[in-house]
Amino acid sequence: MLSFDPFELNHPVQQFINGLALGSIYALIALGYTMVYGVLRFINFAHADVLMLGAYAAAFVAPVLAGFLGGPSLLLLFATVLVAAVVCAGIGMLIEALAYRPLRARPKLTVLITAIGVSLFIEFTAQHPAVFGAKTRPFPQLLPAGNLEFAGATLSRVDLLIPVVTVLLLAGLWVLVQRTRMGMAMRAVSFNQNAASLMGVNNNRIISFTFGLGSALAAVAGVLYSVRSSGIDPLMGIRPGLIAFSAAVVGGIGDLGGAVLGGLLLGMLETYAGGVEGLSNYRDAISFGMLVVILLFRPAGLLGRAQVEKV
Amino acid sequence: MLEVRDLQVGYGAITALHGISLRVEKGSIATLIGANGAGKSTMLRAISGLIPARSGSVLFEGRELLGQPAHEIVALGLAHSPEGRMVFANLSVEENLRMGAYLRKDGAGIAKDRDYVFDMFPRLKERRAQTAGTLSGGEQQMLAIGRALMSRPRCLMLDEPSLGIAPMLVATIFEKIVEINRELGLTILLVEQNANLALEVSQRGYVIETGRIILEDECKALRDNPQVRESYLGGH
Ligand SMILES: Nc1ncnc2c1ncn2[C@@H]1O[C@H](COP(=O)(O)OP(=O)(O)OP(=O)(O)O)[C@@H](O)[C@H]1O
Ligand SMILES: [Mg+2]
Repeated sequence: MLSFDPFELNHPVQQFINGLALGSIYALIALGYTMVYGVLRFINFAHADVLMLGAYAAAFVAPVLAGFLGGPSLLLLFATVLVAAVVCAGIGMLIEALAYRPLRARPKLTVLITAIGVSLFIEFTAQHPAVFGAKTRPFPQLLPAGNLEFAGATLSRVDLLIPVVTVLLLAGLWVLVQRTRMGMAMRAVSFNQNAASLMGVNNNRIISFTFGLGSALAAVAGVLYSVRSSGIDPLMGIRPGLIAFSAAVVGGIGDLGGAVLGGLLLGMLETYAGGVEGLSNYRDAISFGMLVVILLFRPAGLLGRAQVEKV
Repeated sequence: MLEVRDLQVGYGAITALHGISLRVEKGSIATLIGANGAGKSTMLRAISGLIPARSGSVLFEGRELLGQPAHEIVALGLAHSPEGRMVFANLSVEENLRMGAYLRKDGAGIAKDRDYVFDMFPRLKERRAQTAGTLSGGEQQMLAIGRALMSRPRCLMLDEPSLGIAPMLVATIFEKIVEINRELGLTILLVEQNANLALEVSQRGYVIETGRIILEDECKALRDNPQVRESYLGGH
């Protein structure tokens, strides 16, 4: 043991809150992957880039909003998140209409490759000097500086806020999916598009809405993620995107509860593994190792069910 | 009420329907019988807009249906209970019925029609909160019919309601089909492999073989037709 402990910040409460915050962000991203999978049965690889675009939208709009709302505050954060969410909802719907809708009747592999193409297109366009440029840029301060002390732990405001925001969003999402006509149509479309259209459901509209919703959640995640990080860059979405995608798979792709569970699990694992001396360099290996183990025992994911159809 | 003229439909290089024509009179039950792969489901799918037709015409109450998307055709008053039932297995029985009424805004009317379905199929009422995927095949068929009724259609197309169901339940379901036709005055186009029952409850009958209508007549006459008796009624 070293006499100087570089991980002195690893207070249990602090670590738990850190993990919860990170896990919540992963959960919000994972929901987008799983919702789109639910209605279209493919992985929207551009989802991670929508998150990045949400962060940039926030970075551009926050100074303007700050002009109206004064300096960093909860209100500024919420206003910024709202704008980013609306922008990203639009972008998500646009991506679906332009890139995926024309391929609706094509094999899933075609759509999957297109999704990779869309992702690369966004990443490289964003890196162009005339667009955002490849360099990391600072993210504006949205929340007042300073941490909160609790039982000897130093807690950042945003880490405390993130789980609260996430719980509220999840509650809203649950009501939407389980209790509204739109949510019922989403579930129907995800089960069988032909049957849904025989009920009078315009599948395109439901799919578009689903993309908008998932992208809005990605924007929220993108802003919160950026508040926690040192800066933003055009490739910032890749790592959280990959982890959140894995979270969706671990939870059971297509299952909303599974996405949340998977996100929290991977956020916690990453935080705890990163907090153990000597293990921190292996945190991703540990997370993904766990993933492989879980999938070995539950191939459909933690909450996923092997689909059984009655004939 | 519903008139199909020279309808041609194919899947890629395969031609499934080589120009078929049929009519369903208002308030009647018409039936289309034929063996596996004859093209029965293909015809219904083309009528309700699930698959495109190559040529021909489908008139519903004088209005051309071909070229319209499926979700707009339901709105015109034509419901389709598809082959294999396709109930929403992940939704509850009650939600399935609400999906049937997806385009309707009249809450009171929807509740009334739901009660009508529950009266007709008390089993569904008992299982209203249950996920549809947990229902038996027969119960799913009842749900599929009930769900199709929930759009309050003027014409109902049923694709093999007897498929994979215990004989006793088949009898019940056919009784209900006749009941729906009588009580609601609903025009019905029934597609069946079970020719015996279908010809018994229907007025006009069509026989389809590899994408062509080879016979059409009043059902009474068809039941006495030697060719039909030989191929579709088990030779009695
Ligand atoms: N999606 C499809 N792609 C290619 N060919 C198809 C498709 N669906 C049906 N066919 C073909 O079209 C023909 C008619 O099929 P269809 O399902 O309409 O028959 P059916 O009369 O409903 O038979 P069954 O009584 O078995 O339901 C068959 O030869 C079938 O193989
Ligand atoms: Mg069929």
